[in-house]
Amino acid sequence: MESVLESVKEQKMNKLNAKLGRRRAFSFFMVGLTILSMILALTPLFSILGYVLVKGIPALNVAFFTELPAPPGEAGGGMANGIVGTFTLIGLASLIGVPVGLMAGVFLSEYGRNRFGKLVSFLTDIMLGVPSIVVGIVVYALVVLWMGGFSAYAGGVALAFIMIPAVTRTTEEMLKLVPNHIREAGLALGIPKWRVIMLIILPTALRGIITGIMLAVARVSGETAPLLFTAFGNMYWNQSLNEPIASMPVLVFNYAISPYAEWQAQAWAGALTLILIVLVLNVSARLVTRKR
Amino acid sequence: MKKRYGDQLFKAIAYIFGCSIIAMLGLMVWEMFRGSSFALDKYGLGFLFSSSWDPVTEEFGAWPFIYGTIVSSLLALVIATPISIGIAIFLVEVAPKWFRDVVGFLIELLAAIPSIVYGLWGIFVLGPIIREYVAPVFINTLGKFIPFFAGPSFGVGIFTAGVILAIMIIPTIASISREVIMVVPDAQREAALALGATKWEMIRTAVLTYSRSGILGAMIIGLGRAIGETMSVTMVIGNRPEVPDSIFDPAYTMASVIANEFNEASSDIYLSTLIEIGFLLFAVTLLVNIFARFLVWTTSRGIQEAK
Repeated sequence: MESVLESVKEQKMNKLNAKLGRRRAFSFFMVGLTILSMILALTPLFSILGYVLVKGIPALNVAFFTELPAPPGEAGGGMANGIVGTFTLIGLASLIGVPVGLMAGVFLSEYGRNRFGKLVSFLTDIMLGVPSIVVGIVVYALVVLWMGGFSAYAGGVALAFIMIPAVTRTTEEMLKLVPNHIREAGLALGIPKWRVIMLIILPTALRGIITGIMLAVARVSGETAPLLFTAFGNMYWNQSLNEPIASMPVLVFNYAISPYAEWQAQAWAGALTLILIVLVLNVSARLVTRKR
Repeated sequence: MKKRYGDQLFKAIAYIFGCSIIAMLGLMVWEMFRGSSFALDKYGLGFLFSSSWDPVTEEFGAWPFIYGTIVSSLLALVIATPISIGIAIFLVEVAPKWFRDVVGFLIELLAAIPSIVYGLWGIFVLGPIIREYVAPVFINTLGKFIPFFAGPSFGVGIFTAGVILAIMIIPTIASISREVIMVVPDAQREAALALGATKWEMIRTAVLTYSRSGILGAMIIGLGRAIGETMSVTMVIGNRPEVPDSIFDPAYTMASVIANEFNEASSDIYLSTLIEIGFLLFAVTLLVNIFARFLVWTTSRGIQEAK
């Protein structure tokens, strides 16, 4: 009797153990799949970085940084005007985008704890999702038609439209991290609120805000679509900001879809330069925050 | 107590800048509406479902572009979602901390690469790979029964665009999913493990069911990105204004037709038509984003209340 019970018990245990084994194996398999998915996502990253390095480095030389683009099919030439143009456009965009984004962020953090603030905060999120090509059309209608032609100004405004919500969002988040007792201490000393904000709270959050601005700059430095019909592009040096201006992303685009091997090689070099700019901005933004 | 004019002035300035965000969005809606009104008047709603695209006779219809946008974005979503959720689970539940930081940084890097570089890589690397190795597999198996997967493949086409878009939206979906998975309370995990669940059973029952709507929100934000992405798609989709028969055929999307033809639009009605397509794109991405924000917002709020 006893031994029968024992054997039934043993059978049950064996069954359970076998089932547990299967469950464990399945669990192991699924965890393996998560590792596989990470590898699948990182493969294109390494492929892109690898190709950009392998194909970009041979085309990088002094001429690339100092000379104007060569005519189609001719060897030599560079992207000097595009490099200068990209930095000009980033400068113009920052000139508009940073102050507006910063102040909108100050508004959201310091005065925005009401319904109106919530609405603005929501719309900022929505603006972050607007396709950049749409920004291009809007700035075309607003600036290009109004000024009578493609210009560096129009390109700068288009990039500023993309920068503003990004700067606003990070500024707001960084200011909200500043502890309230710092605000209270400042106000208790009898300092007016606006001076507390400008002289105490903004400097406290400065590192984080600078990070946000650098990331926003990194994002717009590679933007192409909104520049196609605002800054347009230019094969020569710019004489004024009131005329079309070259930029690296647009040059890379035009070179990449051209049939000339020389131009395609230069497109890779341009891509390498762009990635380096973005990488330097990203890594230094990280270093700035890490020191805190 | 003396009145603080400085404070009032500063507050007014802050409010003006807050309003500027609303003004910018309002301005965008207004300009898009004004620019497209000519085409809206002329073609009405039939514009959306007409497939003709002939600038010479000024016959315009948006259907090939709407179709191309829908198919390429959905394809991207189908490829990107499982991979992104896998990464999010890996980062939160599986990886050791030092490794988590490294992989997190690399995934962020994937998001930081300019779309023009994706396009360049797509033309010269991904396109040929798909033409030589990937497309034949589909064409020789599924393609025999389903015309949608039949050949030939040129390397550029709607499938290549979908793959590029998938790579581009993986960081978005993965990072938002990671955030919603991270806010799942540890007590949930411990409870599942204490009941004897294996690691995967714990993830499925305690983590994924808890963060379901947040992950759905992440997918929809990713979809919004895919719909609006322009340059990389323009460079690999083949740019043919017809409804494609097969997934490997060249096609066109709403964003890429604007990028390609806006500067060539020779007549007012042509330009207005392109702006109308832009308006449509704008409206769709707005709706998608509002819906997604709402989903993510309810998840994180629900969890905070449960705490």
